Amino acid sequence: MKDSLYKRVIAFTNARLWQLVHVDVLLVSALMILVTGGLFILYSASGQNIDMVERQIFRLTLGLGVCLALAQLQPKYLRRASPLLFVFLALLLIGVLLFGVGAKGAQRWLALPGGLRFQPSEFMKIVMPMMIAWYFSDRQLPPSFKQILVVIALIFIPVLMIAKQPDLGTSLIVAVSGLFVLFLAGLGWRYIIGAAALAPIGGYVLWQFMHGYQRQRVLTFLNPESDPLGSGWNIIQSKTAIGSGGIDGKGWLEGTQAQLDFLPESHTDFIIAVLAEEFGLLGCAALLLAYFLVIARGLFIAANAEDNYARLLAGSLTLTFFVYMFVNIGMVSGILPVVGVPLPLVSYGGTSIITIMATFGILMSIQTHKRAR
Amino acid sequence: MNIDNRPHTPEKWRFRFVYGIALLLFFIAGGRLFYLTAVDNAFLKNQGEIRAVRTEAIPATRGMILDRRGEPLAVSTPTWTIIANPRVLWNVPVDVEKKTGPEEEIKRLAEVMGVGRAWLQERFEANKSRSFMYLRRQIPPTEADSIMAANVVGVSKTKEYKRFYPAGEVAAHVVGFTNIDDKGQEGIELAFDTALEGVSGRRSFVKDLSGNIISGIGVDQTERPGENIELSIDLRLQYLAYRELKAAVTEHRATSASAVILDVKTGEILAMVNQPSYNPNDRAVLEYEDLRNRAVIDLFEPGSTMKPFTVSAALMSGQYTTETKIDTSPGHMRFGRFTIRDARNYGVIDFEELLIKSSNVGASKIALSLPQDAVWNMDYELGMGSPVGIGFPGEASGVLPSHPKWHPSEIATLSYGYGLSVSTLQLAQAYMALGNGGYRVPVTIFKQDVPAQGKQIIPNKVAQDVVEMLEAVVQKGSGRTAQIPGYRVAGKTGTVHKVGSKGYEYDQYIALFAGLAPASDPRLAMVVMINDPKGREYYGGEVAAPVFSRVMEGALTTLNIYPDLPEGLREVRISPKKPPYQVVHGG
Repeated sequence: MKDSLYKRVIAFTNARLWQLVHVDVLLVSALMILVTGGLFILYSASGQNIDMVERQIFRLTLGLGVCLALAQLQPKYLRRASPLLFVFLALLLIGVLLFGVGAKGAQRWLALPGGLRFQPSEFMKIVMPMMIAWYFSDRQLPPSFKQILVVIALIFIPVLMIAKQPDLGTSLIVAVSGLFVLFLAGLGWRYIIGAAALAPIGGYVLWQFMHGYQRQRVLTFLNPESDPLGSGWNIIQSKTAIGSGGIDGKGWLEGTQAQLDFLPESHTDFIIAVLAEEFGLLGCAALLLAYFLVIARGLFIAANAEDNYARLLAGSLTLTFFVYMFVNIGMVSGILPVVGVPLPLVSYGGTSIITIMATFGILMSIQTHKRAR
Repeated sequence: MNIDNRPHTPEKWRFRFVYGIALLLFFIAGGRLFYLTAVDNAFLKNQGEIRAVRTEAIPATRGMILDRRGEPLAVSTPTWTIIANPRVLWNVPVDVEKKTGPEEEIKRLAEVMGVGRAWLQERFEANKSRSFMYLRRQIPPTEADSIMAANVVGVSKTKEYKRFYPAGEVAAHVVGFTNIDDKGQEGIELAFDTALEGVSGRRSFVKDLSGNIISGIGVDQTERPGENIELSIDLRLQYLAYRELKAAVTEHRATSASAVILDVKTGEILAMVNQPSYNPNDRAVLEYEDLRNRAVIDLFEPGSTMKPFTVSAALMSGQYTTETKIDTSPGHMRFGRFTIRDARNYGVIDFEELLIKSSNVGASKIALSLPQDAVWNMDYELGMGSPVGIGFPGEASGVLPSHPKWHPSEIATLSYGYGLSVSTLQLAQAYMALGNGGYRVPVTIFKQDVPAQGKQIIPNKVAQDVVEMLEAVVQKGSGRTAQIPGYRVAGKTGTVHKVGSKGYEYDQYIALFAGLAPASDPRLAMVVMINDPKGREYYGGEVAAPVFSRVMEGALTTLNIYPDLPEGLREVRISPKKPPYQVVHGG
């Protein structure tokens, strides 16, 4: 009883029980803080739609189930399954291009019997780093030029297929998740500098492949005021919402931008603008702190992982999660183009919550299956 | 295979490097949010309010215009105006099954409005990018409700005030009117627009993107209703004067006419009427000419009606008494190639006879014997050549030419009322001073509690003497038709040739009568001016004086002024004069 609170918390988190059920207490706690706060924001952002909040709770619960289930799985099984899953998903992506269904001109889903829909690209966000990590897991590092070419091919074939759907946001995330593994595996500086030099050319090629609305997004990003009522609307309204929050915000459910429909997509991509408007800088700081806890724990797990596969995969998954968050905040606050990336675990959305929770399942699996040293 | 033992595991620094980058980006994102919420905040905060908080004017009720007894001459009645937001309407999603969409909305709207669908659609298309459009303005509540009941997207109603003029054409020139935006256009409505319109208030409220009012924030500034303006006009007298004037204009086929009644003691305008007039409540057909408030705008030469002032000037000079005789023979006077004529040779006459006979030669002779600018001074002091100053738009000052060296013909013509031009109101103002013992108070269109400070222009005695002479004019001279049973009347007729493009027109006249009643102690001054009577009768005594008689009799009895000639009541009643108020219908 003389122990300090800190010691008792450490003791609690290290309890044998958690090891047995393969739960990383710190990670799960950080996630719960984030998710709970997110639900409050969602309630406000959805126009106080309790049904929407209930559906989100259902998805989060489902995601948590997937997370806990994956945590039970030993990393070696994941590793072995990686190439199979990758090939399977790649085939499904071809299927999407051929028979996919979709909405608003994008063809992203496979229709399943029973009216269900399945979005293979979403799962590629996890399977891509698994595949690349698997590729490097029994090879000598740093990778050779030939290996790099192979990995680039492995990354960009599915990425291009996803981009073709078209789903720019997801394809970028998938590419980034694969490239993180490549970088962590020890990509030589020459290649990085070379790639940086080639970036403008790549950008030009990308521009040629872009759809009109995607180009418009980039142009709008460069000068949102050029079309304040059209494509600049989103970003101007969200910046306004964030700015009008001030230090302590207007109060929960009191934000005029969000509650009066000025802010588009307020419950999905632009949800952080609602947070900023209603809870101000303090709310934003709290949110960033929660993300920081999750990401720091993820990177800790990666740094202390047992083998290359686990290390590369954990590192890539955590960094991808971080990219998610950063891209979303960046686009809503006007430092990145609007690419349609939701705020992870806070935005209202279907598949992404499941895949992100699955990510943390894998991290917990990596952390809790380590052999005692 | 234990890969941990391989020499080349991923370098630790790469992880650290990536962590460092991630941390850096964390701070960038955090910093950006900090910048937007805490630093750039003032601008964006304001932007948020601009988007959601709208302010709207609360219209102030326009003040009423009342007559001196509180009868309304102009009142604002609340009406509804139906407005539409075409942008919102065109954004209605099309759903063929549910039968919704912009065209369906327009169809429904056309039905309730009772207009053609194609026409309405055209209007909505023309204003497609606008968010404001009038559909119906100033309609009664029931009509507005029936349109609003159709619940058409983007259609809303707003309150507007519509001006109503209970006295219609009778007081149209005095009161004037406002346009559909409630801005004064004529008359008092224009002259005192600022006071009448008041100050509109401001109310702010929160609107969502579709323009629906979410909540009222409150009233930033309460509106201040416009002031009521109480005119000196007595609507009863106004009606009477209007009716008689209109009847006379119809009877004598005159081009136009004016009449003004002034309160001699206070300078208040009790009635001011013109012909032609217009209905301010229905201005769909409106002749510009009809808008003229002729009593203050139109100028004419006052002619013989100025002779009493020439006589006054003479009496004031001390050279003459009321008994002085003037030789007017042979009934004409020559100034070079210009000859002044009387109707016939009146011979030797006194002042009273001069006025009764209206001798031009007599008036000229007196004026020529006086200092050269004596008559001019008298006219000037009585307000000729200067605006009356009642604040009416377009008020005429008249013309009273002054000469450094007067030619005898100029002195002579001025003495019998030519060579100057006045408005009906100015002439009435001069008679008013005469009737008030020579004490001239400022003329006003507003009700006065205390008469304003004035100026003694003519000595009291002289003024009284002249009024007595004018009474004789009505008793036995050209003004007999101005007599009123029971009252003593003083007045002077005038029949002047109209001025055309080539000098005086010999077949166009202006018939005038200017008078005071009751003559024993004048209370009212009235001038009737009838322009270009085309009938057989055209003399002031034939055309203008009867109007004076009828109106003045009505005015005196209406105002309960005690008859100063009770025996006259009997006398005149048996005379075969037309009953006073039996006039042409429509007056």
